[in-house]
Amino acid sequence: MSTVVLPRSWAASCGWLLFLACLVLLGWWAYAADLVGTLLGYQDQIVYLTGQHIELVAISGSLAIVTGIPLGVFLSRPFFRRYSENCMQLLNIGTTIPTLAVLALSMTFLGIGTKPAIFALWVASLLYIVRNTYSGLVSVPSHLIEAAHGIGMTPRQILWHVELPNAMYVIFAGVRTALTINVGTVPLAFLIGGGGLGQLIFTGIDLDETGMMLAGAIPTALLAVVVDALMSGAAYLLIPRGVNPLR
Amino acid sequence: MIRLEELTKIFETRDGRAVAADHVSMEVREGEICILLGPSGCGKTTTLKMINRLIPPTSGKVFINGQDTTDYDTITLRRGVGYVIQQIGLFPNMTVAGNIGVVPQMLGWDKPRIDRRVAELLEMVSLDPAVFMHRFPKELSGGQQQRVGVARALAADPPVLLMDEPFGAIDPINRGLIQDEFLKMQRKLGKTILFVSHDIDEAVKMGDKIALFSEGRLQQFDSPDNVLAHPANDFVADFVGRDRTLKRLPLACAADVLERDVSQADVGAVHVRVSLSDDLRTVVSLMFAHELDRLPCVDTQGRYAGCITLSGITRHLGQTYREPDVGGGRERADGEGG
Repeated sequence: MSTVVLPRSWAASCGWLLFLACLVLLGWWAYAADLVGTLLGYQDQIVYLTGQHIELVAISGSLAIVTGIPLGVFLSRPFFRRYSENCMQLLNIGTTIPTLAVLALSMTFLGIGTKPAIFALWVASLLYIVRNTYSGLVSVPSHLIEAAHGIGMTPRQILWHVELPNAMYVIFAGVRTALTINVGTVPLAFLIGGGGLGQLIFTGIDLDETGMMLAGAIPTALLAVVVDALMSGAAYLLIPRGVNPLR
Repeated sequence: MIRLEELTKIFETRDGRAVAADHVSMEVREGEICILLGPSGCGKTTTLKMINRLIPPTSGKVFINGQDTTDYDTITLRRGVGYVIQQIGLFPNMTVAGNIGVVPQMLGWDKPRIDRRVAELLEMVSLDPAVFMHRFPKELSGGQQQRVGVARALAADPPVLLMDEPFGAIDPINRGLIQDEFLKMQRKLGKTILFVSHDIDEAVKMGDKIALFSEGRLQQFDSPDNVLAHPANDFVADFVGRDRTLKRLPLACAADVLERDVSQADVGAVHVRVSLSDDLRTVVSLMFAHELDRLPCVDTQGRYAGCITLSGITRHLGQTYREPDVGGGRERADGEGG
């Protein structure tokens, strides 16, 4: 980090003070429990499992993006509008099923290993992307679409040059939520042999070894924060300035 | 030139058929501004949108420069017809230059040509290209946005411009300004323009012709002065208002009613003066304000040119009623008597 953001309002500075206080407390506790030493003991496993973890997120996340965005686009097309709300309801049911249940279900027909894990993670992230793509696209003001038709743009040009850029911020928010949730869900994949940092967490719980558990939990939490930060950075850079509320 | 032939739109609604436009026929000559005027729901916007097929007509034809527009596919037709809407509809994700360059880009112009055209158009709508070219729509005021909207419609130099209440959302002061600028620009460009409005004053100011609609039917199609002086029916008379003769005042200027044979001495010592190009509304307003029935008129050099009298003005306004072959509420005005 090259710059330090200076908090402006009173509430924000209180928040920062609280955050710093927590950090100091956490540091003291970590020192007292010799956490660093314990974590360093698991270094090799952490590196290996984090790699697996990222792989699961990357594969299931990108699958969700490449299927979710087109699906959202499809649902928002005028010829499909009248059915799209029902489809969204169907997808909503998809998210009400707990991920653990989805994992169990996918294990019954895909077996054990990475494949059912990726499938379950894909299901868990899909809805956020579809829903945001759909609602981002349908909330593009109708007069923009009218103007675009009026000056002779084809439906495909309107989608690429008007609708998607103007829905981009909302779509990005959906992808961001989906990926962050995905990172937090991956530990469950260990239960069906999918690997990832869940291995340390669940084994740590089983063996009642706090150190091992934390060796899995802390990197997972950090990973979620990093993914979130990366996505918000990407949103800042990739979304055109005219439709980017961040700039 | 735009010719509408029996243009009809019937919407099928749950409670039956709704006729939005009923056999509308009219002809707007090249370089003219025709105002489609009427209360909301009268069919004026439907008629406008049938020209670029944003609303497909139920029956009837549209000719642009003699060519039946059904010969073109929808996309080609729309790229050849400028379109401006009240909500402006600039694309927020594109810069001003990007917005204006949309149509040229679709038509395959090369980049230097598009850039030159964008700069030229921005100057035409009185925006400094160096300042505004790379701004985004959200960084412009409403008036500036609509100037860009007009520039975008003119980008590929279409012979025909369709405008749907273009200045309706702009505050009155800026609206007057942008109307004046637009008229000045139009004098140079000579586009054929169809312009939807619900404001009789705007129609009188901007229009070479007024097409007054009610309940999907074209009630009267004539010059603003004839619509005001000779309403074709009760609806038109009601719509233009009982003060319609006063609304004719801006349509004539001092030069039209000048009495040259009155010497300056006869006018007397009057400290108020008007110039030849002042419109009669201004002149009458000055007369009322100063309790005068005659005012001296000066030319551009400030020399006395003649006298304007109140009776001269009333004579001018009444002239159209004394000539039996002028006016008379014609439905179509393709001749206009030479």
